[in-house]
Amino acid sequence: MATEESGSVFSFHPMDQFIVKPLFGGTEIHWYTPTNVTFWMALTVLCVVLLLVVTTRKRATIPSRSQSIAELTYGFIYKMVEDVTGKDGVKYFPYIMTLFLFVLFANFLGLVPMAFTTTSHIAVTATLAFAVFFAVTILGFVKNGASFLSLFWVSSAPLAIRPVLAIIEIISYFVRPVSHSIRLAGNMTAGHAVIKVFATFAAAVALSPLAILGVTAMYGLEVLVSFIQAYVFTILTCVYLKDALHPHH
Amino acid sequence: MEGDIAEMGKFIGAGLSAFGMGLAAMGVGNVAGNFLAGALRNPSAAAGQTATLFIGIAFAEALGIFSFLVALLLMFAV
Amino acid sequence: MATESGAAEAVGMPQLDFSTFPNQIFWLVVTIVVIYFILSRVALPRIGAVLAERQGSITNDIAAAEEYKLKAKEAEEAYNKALADARTEAQRIVAEAKAEIQADLDQAIAKADAEISAQAAESEKRIGEIRESAMDSVTEVAKETTKAIVASFGGKADARSVNAAVNARLKDMS
Repeated sequence: MATEESGSVFSFHPMDQFIVKPLFGGTEIHWYTPTNVTFWMALTVLCVVLLLVVTTRKRATIPSRSQSIAELTYGFIYKMVEDVTGKDGVKYFPYIMTLFLFVLFANFLGLVPMAFTTTSHIAVTATLAFAVFFAVTILGFVKNGASFLSLFWVSSAPLAIRPVLAIIEIISYFVRPVSHSIRLAGNMTAGHAVIKVFATFAAAVALSPLAILGVTAMYGLEVLVSFIQAYVFTILTCVYLKDALHPHH
Repeated sequence: MEGDIAEMGKFIGAGLSAFGMGLAAMGVGNVAGNFLAGALRNPSAAAGQTATLFIGIAFAEALGIFSFLVALLLMFAV
Repeated sequence: MATESGAAEAVGMPQLDFSTFPNQIFWLVVTIVVIYFILSRVALPRIGAVLAERQGSITNDIAAAEEYKLKAKEAEEAYNKALADARTEAQRIVAEAKAEIQADLDQAIAKADAEISAQAAESEKRIGEIRESAMDSVTEVAKETTKAIVASFGGKADARSVNAAVNARLKDMS
C-alpha cells in the first residue's frame, strides 16, 4: 500500500491473514458457507482424533509413546479440574477437556505457515467465553439457588465495605467473559501480526537477517503462548466453575 | 500525510496505547518475579501454586492485550 | 489504510467484520459438538478405562510383591534359624570330639609317663649294680696289687693288715 506513496519497499498487510474467505470461490459468506474457518476447524477435529483416539486404539496396559502423550494430556486436564473445582467438578471434565483441546489445537494449527488461526477471531472466542459464562451462571443458580448470590457478598470483609465490594464483585463477574475472550483472541492476533510484520521486513535485503531472527524468536514465543493461553483459558473456566459450585468464600 | 489531522491522531493514539503494553509487561514481570522470590523461600509450596501464577499472569497480561487491541482498532478499524 | 481501496483493505480489521460472525459461530458450534461427542463417547472412556486398568494391575502387583516380600522374610528367618541351629550343633560336636581327644591324650600321656618312670628306675638300679660291682673289683685289684708289691719288696705280706690299709685308703678317696 505504501509502495507508491512514500517510496518504501515494505508492504504491510499484517491483518490479511485473518480474513475469512469462502473455501470454494465466490464472495458471499452465508452462515452455512464452507470457509477457511471450516477447513481449519476440521483440521482441529482431526488432530484431536489423532491425539486421543488413534493413539489409544490398542488400549495397551504398557503404553506406547503416542499413547503416553494421550494419557498425559488426559491426566493433565483431569488433575487440573480436580485440583481447582474439587471432587464434585469432575463430572464436568469432558466439557473442559473439549474446550482445552479445541483451543490448544486451534492455536497450534494457527502457527502452521499460511494457516488461518480460528482462535484469533473474537467471534469464536467470545462464543466460547459466553457459553462458559452462561453455563456457569445457570449452573450456579441451579445448584445453589439464591445463595449463589453470596458470591458477591464477601462475608469475610467488614460490614461497612461489603456493599462496595459487592458492586466491584458484580462488575468483575460481568467483565469475565469479555476478558476471557479478548485475552485469547488478542494474544493470537498480536503474535501473528507481529510475526507478519517481522516477515515484511525481510523484503529489504539489509534487514532480512534481522527479520529472519525476529520471526524465529517470535515463533518460539508464540508456540509457548499458544500453549499457555489454552491452559489459561481452561484453568479460568475451572475457576469460574468452582465459583458456581462453591460460591461461599 | 498532507495535513490529515485525523490520520495523525490515529497514529499518535496507537503509539500511546503501546505504552500500555509495556506497563503490562512490567506487571507480568512483577507477578513472575514475586512468585520466584516466594518459591525460593519455600520451594516445597511452589509446585501447588503454579496454577495461581498462571492465573495472575493471565489477568495482568489481559490488560496489556486490551491496550494492544486499542492500538489495532485505531490502526485498522477507525 | 482506511483510505485505501481494494478487497483486502476494505475489511479493515477482519475480526470486526460482523458479516462473517454467523458463519464462524455456526462452524465453531459444529466443531465443538463434534469434539465433545468424540471425547465423551470414544476417547475419554477408553483412556479412563486404560488408566483404571493399569492402576488396578499396579495395585495388584504391589500387593503381590508385598506378599512375596513377606514370604522371603519368612524364608530368610527360617534359613537363619537353621543356620544358627547347625552352628550350635557343630560347636557341640567339636567340643565333644575335643573332650574325647583330650581324654585319650591324657590317658596315653599318663601311660607313657608310667612306662618312662619304670624304665628310668630299672636303669637306675642297673647302674647302681654296675657301680657296686666295679667298686668291688677295684678293691680286689688293689689288694692283689698291694700284696704283689709287698712280696716283690721281699716282705711277707700279712693279708689282714693289707686289706685294712687298702680299705682305709679307698675310704679316703671316695
